Amino acid sequence: MTASIPVLHLSGLSRRFGGITVLSDLDFEIRKGEILGILGPNGAGKSTLFNLISGVLPPSAGAIIYKGTDITRMKPWDRCQAGIGRTYQIPKPFSHMTVFENTLLAAVHGARLSSAQARTRSMDVLHRTGLAPLAAQTAGTLRLLDLKRLELARALAGDPEVLLLDEIAGGLTEAECHSLVDMVMAIRDEGRTIVWVEHVMTALRRACSRLAVIYGGGILTSGTPAEVLADPQLKAVYLGADDAE
Amino acid sequence: MTDLPLPPTSRHAPVVFGRTIVIALVALAVSAPWLTDANALQLGTQFLCLLTVALMWNLLAGYADILSLGQHMFIGVGAYAFYGLAANLSVMPHIAIPLAGIIALLAALPVVFVVFRLRAAYLAVGTWVVAEVFMLVAGRIPGFGLGTGTSLPLSTAKAMGATALDRAVSIYLLALAVALVAWLGTWMLLRSRHGIALMAIRDNEEAASSLGVNLIRTRLGVFLWTAPFLGMVGAITALQKMRISPTASFGFLDWTVFVIFIVVIGGIGSLEGPLIGTIVYFALRYALSDYGTWYLIVLGGVSVAVMLVEPRGLWALLRRWIGEDVIPVSHRAPKQ
Ligand SMILES: Nc1ncnc2c1ncn2[C@@H]1O[C@H](COP(=O)(O)OP(=O)(O)O)[C@@H](O)[C@H]1O
Ligand SMILES: [Mg+2]
Repeated sequence: MTASIPVLHLSGLSRRFGGITVLSDLDFEIRKGEILGILGPNGAGKSTLFNLISGVLPPSAGAIIYKGTDITRMKPWDRCQAGIGRTYQIPKPFSHMTVFENTLLAAVHGARLSSAQARTRSMDVLHRTGLAPLAAQTAGTLRLLDLKRLELARALAGDPEVLLLDEIAGGLTEAECHSLVDMVMAIRDEGRTIVWVEHVMTALRRACSRLAVIYGGGILTSGTPAEVLADPQLKAVYLGADDAE
Repeated sequence: MTDLPLPPTSRHAPVVFGRTIVIALVALAVSAPWLTDANALQLGTQFLCLLTVALMWNLLAGYADILSLGQHMFIGVGAYAFYGLAANLSVMPHIAIPLAGIIALLAALPVVFVVFRLRAAYLAVGTWVVAEVFMLVAGRIPGFGLGTGTSLPLSTAKAMGATALDRAVSIYLLALAVALVAWLGTWMLLRSRHGIALMAIRDNEEAASSLGVNLIRTRLGVFLWTAPFLGMVGAITALQKMRISPTASFGFLDWTVFVIFIVVIGGIGSLEGPLIGTIVYFALRYALSDYGTWYLIVLGGVSVAVMLVEPRGLWALLRRWIGEDVIPVSHRAPKQ
C-alpha cells in the first residue's frame, strides 16, 4: 500500500497575525494518493494553512516537510515546481490575460514544460475543466464559477503532486458538484494527492478517504468520513456557524 | 449557438487601423532624415530618447512592480561613460554608445541589491537615493568637469558629420536604432516565457509566485534589462547636447518625473501606453510652447485627470474600443 506514505508532514505549525493566533502547534500528516477533506468553520485557519504549505506566508513557528525535505523556507515558486499546487478560495486570476494564457503560465513556469508541450497541456486542462470554449476570453471578464474553474485548471496545468483545493464547489448545482467530485477523483487517480477544503459535505463524503477538522488552531479530529461526520465534536464546532451545510 | 462570430472584417477594423498607425509612425520615423530639417530631427531625437525611457520605466513599474524613482541614474551613467570614452579615450561615438550601455549595465549590478531588499515606497525612495549618490559621485570625478560639468570636444561633433544637418541626421539615426532595438527587444521579451511571467506578476503577484514564477529572478532580470537602454539614451543625449553635467545628465525631472507622467497618461502595463503618452507629452509641449512652463502644469493636470477616469491610462480607454492589443503580446490558444 502506498496510501500510508506521508507526502507532507506538518510539524508544530503555528501562525499568528498580530496578536491573533490562527494556527497553533498543528501536527498532521498528509498521505500519498489520498483525498483528504478539511472541514472547519469560517476563520478556523484553513486557507491560512494552505498559505503556509504553498509558501505565500511564512509560519510563525514549526516546519513543513515535503517528501522528506524541509521546505519551510523554500520560496512559493520552488514549492510549486517541486509539485505543490494550490487554488485560491477568492480567485486570483491574471485578469488582463486570456484564460488560455492563465493556464499556459502555470504549464510553462510551474510544470516547466517547453512551449509546445505547455500549449497542449493548457488545452487539456481547459477541456477537462470545461473552460475550453472560453480559452480566448480575458480572465477578468469571467463569472465567479468560471473563475473557480480557472483556479482548478491553472493549478492542474502546473502538474502538481499535491493539490490544495480551497472551496471550489460552492455555488454549483447538484449535477455540477457531482461531476466536480468525479473530476477530483480522476485527478487523484493520476497519482496526485489532494487536500480539499470544502463546506459541501456531500462532495467530501463521496470524494474523500479521510476528513480532518480544523478548529481552535489545530486538528480537532480526523478519520474516515463516516467517523468524522458522526463525531459529536463536529456538531459542536459548527453549532451556530451558518456556513455548515 | 447564440454567440455568432462577427464578420472578421468588422471585428478587426479598429485593430487594423491601430496597426496601420503604428506602422506609419515607424515609416515616418525611418524616413524623417529625408523629410525634415536639423531642428525637427533634434526634436525627433528627443522624442525617441524619451520614448525609449518611457518604455523602460513602464516595464519596471507596470510589469515587474519595481516602482523606481531612480532610473535617471543610468541615463547619467551612460552620459558620463560616453564622455569618458569619446572625449577622454577618443573612442568613435558609434562604438562609445553601446559601450556606455554596457557600463550602465555594470553600474546596475550593485543597485540590484536595493531592488532585491526593498519594496514599494521604500524601493522608490531607495532608488532615488542611490541615483542622487551616483550624481554626487559623478560631480567629483576628475576629468569630467566636476560639479559644473563640461563640453564634449569638437572632434566628437566632427565625427558625427561636417554640417549641422549631417550631425543631426547621424544622431537621430543613432537614437532611432536604440529605440527600435529597445522596442523590438522588449516586444520579443514580452512574447517570451519571461514575458508571460511578467504579465502574470503585473496582474497578480501572489498567484504568479504560487504558480511557479520566480519573482526575484524575473524582477531583477527586468531591472538589468532596462539599464543598457537607459545608458545608451544618456550617451545619445550627451552627444546631442554636446555636454555633460551632474544635474542635467542625471536629470530627475526630465528622465524620471516626466516619464512617470507620460506612462501614467498613456497607460501603464502595456506597450501602447508609453507610445501614446510620449506623443501626448510632445503635443502638449508644442501646443503650449508659448506659455513657458505651463505645459508642466497642464501635464500634471492631465495625468491626474487620466488617473481619476481610467487608472490604466488613455490606452485602456482606446483598447475597450479596439478590443485587442495593437502591439500583440498575447499567446493564442491552438485552434480546435
Ligand atoms: N494575511 C492575513 N492578515 C491578517 N489576518 C489574516 C490573514 N489571513 C488570515 N487572517 C485571519 O486568520 C483567520 C483565519 O483565516 P482563514 O485562514 O482565511 O480562515 P478559513 O479559511 O478557515 O475560513 C481569520 O480570522 C482571518 O481574518
Ligand atoms: Mg478559507
